[in-house]
Amino acid sequence: MIIEIGHYALVLALATALIVSVMPMIGARRGDMALMTLATTGSLTLFLLVTLSFGALTWAYAVSDFSVMNVWENSHSLMPMIYKYSGVWGNHEGSMMLWLLILTFFSALVAVFGRNLPETLKANVLAVQAWIATAFLFFILLTSNPFLRLNPAPAEGQDLNPVLQDLGLAIHPPLLYLGYVGFSVSFSFAVAALIDGRIDAAWARWVRPWTLAAWTCLTAGIAMGSYWAYYELGWGGWWFWDPVENASFMPWLAGTALLHSALVMEKREALKIWTVLLAIMTFSLSLLGTFLVRSGVLTSVHAFATDPTRGIFILCILALFIGGAFALFAWRAPMLKAGGIFAPISREGALVLNNLILTVATATVLTGTLYPLVLETLTGEKISVGAPFFNMTFGLLMLPLLVVVPFGPMLAWKRGDLLGAFQRLYAFAGLALLAGLAFYYAQHGGPVMAIFGLALGFWGMFGALADLWHRGGFGKAKFSVAVRRLAGLPRSAFGAAIGHFGLGVTVLGIVSATTFGTETVVEMKPGASVDAGGYSLTFDGMRDAVGPNYTESRGHFTVARGGVTVADVWSAKRLYTARRMPTTEAGILSFGASQLYVSLGDAMDGGGIVVRIWWKPFILCIWGGALVMMFGGFVSLSDRRLRVGAPSRRAKAARPRLEAAE
Amino acid sequence: MTGGEARPALANPGLLATLLLVLFVFLGPLPAFAVNPNEVLADPALEQRARAISAQLRCMVCQNQSIDDSNADLARDLRILVRERITNGDTDRQVIDYVVSRYGEFVLLNPRLGAKTIVLWAAPGLLLLIGAGAIIVFIRTRPSQRTVAALSAEEQARIDELLRK
Repeated sequence: MIIEIGHYALVLALATALIVSVMPMIGARRGDMALMTLATTGSLTLFLLVTLSFGALTWAYAVSDFSVMNVWENSHSLMPMIYKYSGVWGNHEGSMMLWLLILTFFSALVAVFGRNLPETLKANVLAVQAWIATAFLFFILLTSNPFLRLNPAPAEGQDLNPVLQDLGLAIHPPLLYLGYVGFSVSFSFAVAALIDGRIDAAWARWVRPWTLAAWTCLTAGIAMGSYWAYYELGWGGWWFWDPVENASFMPWLAGTALLHSALVMEKREALKIWTVLLAIMTFSLSLLGTFLVRSGVLTSVHAFATDPTRGIFILCILALFIGGAFALFAWRAPMLKAGGIFAPISREGALVLNNLILTVATATVLTGTLYPLVLETLTGEKISVGAPFFNMTFGLLMLPLLVVVPFGPMLAWKRGDLLGAFQRLYAFAGLALLAGLAFYYAQHGGPVMAIFGLALGFWGMFGALADLWHRGGFGKAKFSVAVRRLAGLPRSAFGAAIGHFGLGVTVLGIVSATTFGTETVVEMKPGASVDAGGYSLTFDGMRDAVGPNYTESRGHFTVARGGVTVADVWSAKRLYTARRMPTTEAGILSFGASQLYVSLGDAMDGGGIVVRIWWKPFILCIWGGALVMMFGGFVSLSDRRLRVGAPSRRAKAARPRLEAAE
Repeated sequence: MTGGEARPALANPGLLATLLLVLFVFLGPLPAFAVNPNEVLADPALEQRARAISAQLRCMVCQNQSIDDSNADLARDLRILVRERITNGDTDRQVIDYVVSRYGEFVLLNPRLGAKTIVLWAAPGLLLLIGAGAIIVFIRTRPSQRTVAALSAEEQARIDELLRK
């Protein structure tokens, strides 16, 4: 019964979405208040209905109702409860439901917090959101219905893919979707503004917090996914340039560009057309990512052809929204007036450079991801584009970006002083180089050029500190004055500095882990020892263990440094009983930001087992940096000028005119 | 200990090239999930070459994995094949050519520059040029807006006249 209620709620949601798609827009054209307010109530209702439906599906998973096909295919009665819950979105139908839930969640947020938006803009934004919801509701109901029943109901489920039976599945997809789908709000704002034909600095100010919120979640989601792959897949890699990864990375890159261009638009009314285009492109890449991941086209062009309904459907959604938005853009954009004028050397100029590099990087990843697909479709020829290609091209593009990041905040708006920026930064550059040298020295060896890579990481970190240093006026004013001035800075200034600092931390982690990391592959018998990263690992032997829905054979290692035992670690090979699928559960020990990663291979004749041990110095900086970036996003979001939905709460009477930016 | 420590091999010691290599070519995995101790070559220099080549070859039965990362049988056979060719005195280029002759271009994770991949390889540089060009044009045309705001001689004369009144 509950399942049928869930299904019915989804149908009702479709009806609601259709109403919200049309009515508020008509209201906005006619100036009919009643129709426009329908957008708010409608969006809230829509969110409620989708939540109800999602809740019904979750309930089916929680009680292991195997009469529901989706539950039977992806769950097992013995599975730990947490995986039963997270298993809801560990499959195609469920993940589309999560997509929809988050989309309507964002609509509801706009409905609630957008009280100060101009009525027409709000009505249009929510209507565009409802268009997207309508498309995906149709998609779920027609091609990916999670509520299909089985008769007779099987007694036991087929279990969730063992790789997904991890806390990572509970956190990673929701965060990723919050980012991915969160960009829909920027998209809807862009389309609504194009329909309205009016875009100004206020628009940028409204759209920026939403972009920032989505970007923050996406940053966390990607980092989380990367760490999950790192510890789950068992070979110590953390980024594979897999098409699925690229699918989430492209919106992130474009979103990062959008964040920066919206800044220019808010402060200086420049780059309007570009910002709108970028908002459209960012969400288009989210949609493209959904298509790539969900259609199966990535595994093989042929897999796509065998069951094309879903793929074709999303492709149609893709064509409709991206094509429609670009057509609207082409029609309306020329009517937008150009904004503020600036010199090439200026804060705006720096942000334009940021946008150029990030956009080209996005395009490069996009080309690399789609090229084999397109080539095979056109010529039937199969080629691969893998990690070596992306590392080279993307790396080449990132290098200049990383070098110039600290200069951006040092330049004034309108017309900057490059020489002055140099003068303010050279001490910090020197410090970064010294820190790189010290770091290199502490690691005993490695390629000399690594010093520059390390220095680049430190440069990012110190550059961010330099930004705050000069804003406070340290070294010029009295210390107490500088501290007070620093405390008086808007939170968004801190957010930017923290974000850039995090970028530096990540770069440092990447360079350190890749250049100073070591790898040891060795056959070990109980009692044998092996050295890695200055630690000595002794293999104590294997033991069999039984988990709730798996059996495992795990090895115990004692870790010593200088003859003193400092830690011990288990590393296991698991076999999930329902699917007869083996997984590797690596043993990971953290020492500060560095990690020792122990993974078991095959058992050899004669009682030995292949053990692979990696020493990964400062690898945690990679994800730690991402967390810092995320924190920067939150700090920026808490800025009172940007607080979600509160752009003009203080000056409600003065709406929609806004006071000058700073 | 048969395995020993393996560090990424550095190819051309050109300054920028080396920096880039250090930074990014090895940016991803230091993997060898699957390399077994009994496959490893005795000569560390040869083994390093084998590893570098393996990282560029796709495991044909896996999804987006190099033979260096994969524990599939086919990947193992290829790893052994690569090591055989290297021990027989093949250059890296010859080894890769041989593997491609057997498995086709699909096996290369780093596609070769050719008629079919020219667009792929040229895209980043080309887009950067186009983007930079567009920005320069954009900036160049901007002053014209300023000159629109500036006064023509006639207008200036009129203002002077008005001011004199």
